[in-house]
Amino acid sequence: MEKIISSFPAHPAVPAPPALVIPAMHRFAKFVVGCTVLLVLAGSLVTSTDSGLSVPDWPTSYGWNMFTFPPSKWVGGILYEHGHRLIASTVGLLTIVLAAWLGTSDPRRWMKWLGAGALAAVIAQGVLGGLTVKFFLPPAISTAHAGLAEIFFCITVAIALFTSPQWIDGYAGRVVDDEGVRRLATATTALIFSQILVGATMRHTGAGLAIPDFPLMFGHLWPTHWDAKIAIHFTHRAGALLVLLGVATTSAKVWSRYRGAAIHRELTRPAALLVALVAVQITLGAMTVLSRRDVWINSVHVVCGALVLTTSLVLTLRTWRVKFSMQAVRLKPDTTPAVRTVRLQADEARAR
Amino acid sequence: MRSRSLWISALGVALAVSASACGGSKESSAPTEAPGATKIDSATAGEISGVVSFDGVAPKNEPIRMNADPVCVKENTTPQTQESYEVENGKLANVFIYVKDGLGNYSYDPPAGGVTIDQKNCRYHPHVFGIRVGQELTILNSDPTLHNIHALPKSNKEFNTGQPIQGMKTVQKFENKEVMVPFKCDVHGWMNAYVGVLDHPFFAISDKDGKFSLKGLPPGTYTIEAWHEKAGTQTAMVTLGAKDTKEANFTFKAAAAATD
Repeated sequence: MEKIISSFPAHPAVPAPPALVIPAMHRFAKFVVGCTVLLVLAGSLVTSTDSGLSVPDWPTSYGWNMFTFPPSKWVGGILYEHGHRLIASTVGLLTIVLAAWLGTSDPRRWMKWLGAGALAAVIAQGVLGGLTVKFFLPPAISTAHAGLAEIFFCITVAIALFTSPQWIDGYAGRVVDDEGVRRLATATTALIFSQILVGATMRHTGAGLAIPDFPLMFGHLWPTHWDAKIAIHFTHRAGALLVLLGVATTSAKVWSRYRGAAIHRELTRPAALLVALVAVQITLGAMTVLSRRDVWINSVHVVCGALVLTTSLVLTLRTWRVKFSMQAVRLKPDTTPAVRTVRLQADEARAR
Repeated sequence: MRSRSLWISALGVALAVSASACGGSKESSAPTEAPGATKIDSATAGEISGVVSFDGVAPKNEPIRMNADPVCVKENTTPQTQESYEVENGKLANVFIYVKDGLGNYSYDPPAGGVTIDQKNCRYHPHVFGIRVGQELTILNSDPTLHNIHALPKSNKEFNTGQPIQGMKTVQKFENKEVMVPFKCDVHGWMNAYVGVLDHPFFAISDKDGKFSLKGLPPGTYTIEAWHEKAGTQTAMVTLGAKDTKEANFTFKAAAAATD
């Protein structure tokens, strides 16, 4: 059941420790998140327009250096593929800056590692992107590229969350410790990620229209015949129902426990957003089939899937906030050494 | 000492593997002759010819919007459509007809010259063609825009070549027979072509009157197959005597086309 860890009292006689919140870094992390959304959209457009091999070489573009490839030649599928490469390069550069910033300015060691992890992920993602071009889009590499994209996006969102004043502040010291919600939210996030992997497999094996009708399947409630592509497509549809169930259960639990007087907006807001996004996502999935994979509907479906995942991730991480060591986070300006000791003792007690 | 000799042995094995791998990747420029293969006696050779028809109303070819590339728009002033069904007066063009089975153990003269596929006006020319195993295929870009030519074979090596400059030429070869190998341009999604790769010279493409001819065939009983990119395939059995001329006509039906 819910436990609230209360704020510690202020001690005006002792000077506050240096503030550890870096608003500029948090804003920058949010900017990287925004650019990554754009990158996911660009990547999904490449697949939706079947432009993945319109630039046959990598890392060059038709022999040019990627950054000097003349814009006059960005025609047809090249616009999508080359655009994706340029946006990816930009996000890569931004990630270098973010990792360096975290490495030099954030006192939390694990945050430095998270920054390094983001950098490693974006580098690996670039290499996977190159490999998939070199090997003519093999489904395994392309799916891995899509899966790692989601992981990288999750890392950037997590960094933005962990650098936020609210996280550092421990949500005004009213951190929720609810094992049930924590488990449910974690399972839902894992389920959404699995569903995205199935979706990516469907996308990169050309199974998007293997079942051509919706909501029925070949005119029936159950497919009348099977092959590998139909099985992948069917799994994605069945997965959507599971995700809907998981999200509905998690959100209902959050809302039932944390609304009203004891409201915890840091939980209820992402829970509500998650329900809305899943509704939009399922609609987009249906429209993708009914529109015979319209380029934009198909692409926005991918982006919305990523937003569903990261919204669920934010909710999940907030339910885990209590497990993060209190002294490891940025200390409130009114925190005193005495309070620190109390906190350390409290942490140690919890650890025991 | 032991570890040093191990390293030397490992290096030796690695070099040997590399050398064999390099040797193995050498491309043969001409198909190898089967042992005991004989030349065709031209004095007894015959011909199979025919007409490919289309029964019913052919489905409309999909219109092409070239506005993704201003150069393509400029080069095509009239409305463009796909070349899926080239039907005129009930005759079907762009059908690949070939001897699928029945040829004995014959050897054939190497093909004279190569085959060229041109990228002109943002279309492939020709749209359907045949080539021999090991024969040179010259890929030409006659357009003042860039193309990539992407072959998607199942039995041959996939390739994807960029040609950013007008007049660029690339030469490719296919090492195995395969009917058909699709080509596509990923820059201009409407561009597609098909090549039939065979280890013998008995293939043809139906012209705008649906006509085709397979000349110089030795006497025998053959399975002739006609392949169409949308309407599928049809086969006919033809027995050819010495100096014979036989007909093999094919009719693709609208119903079959619609279900494809």
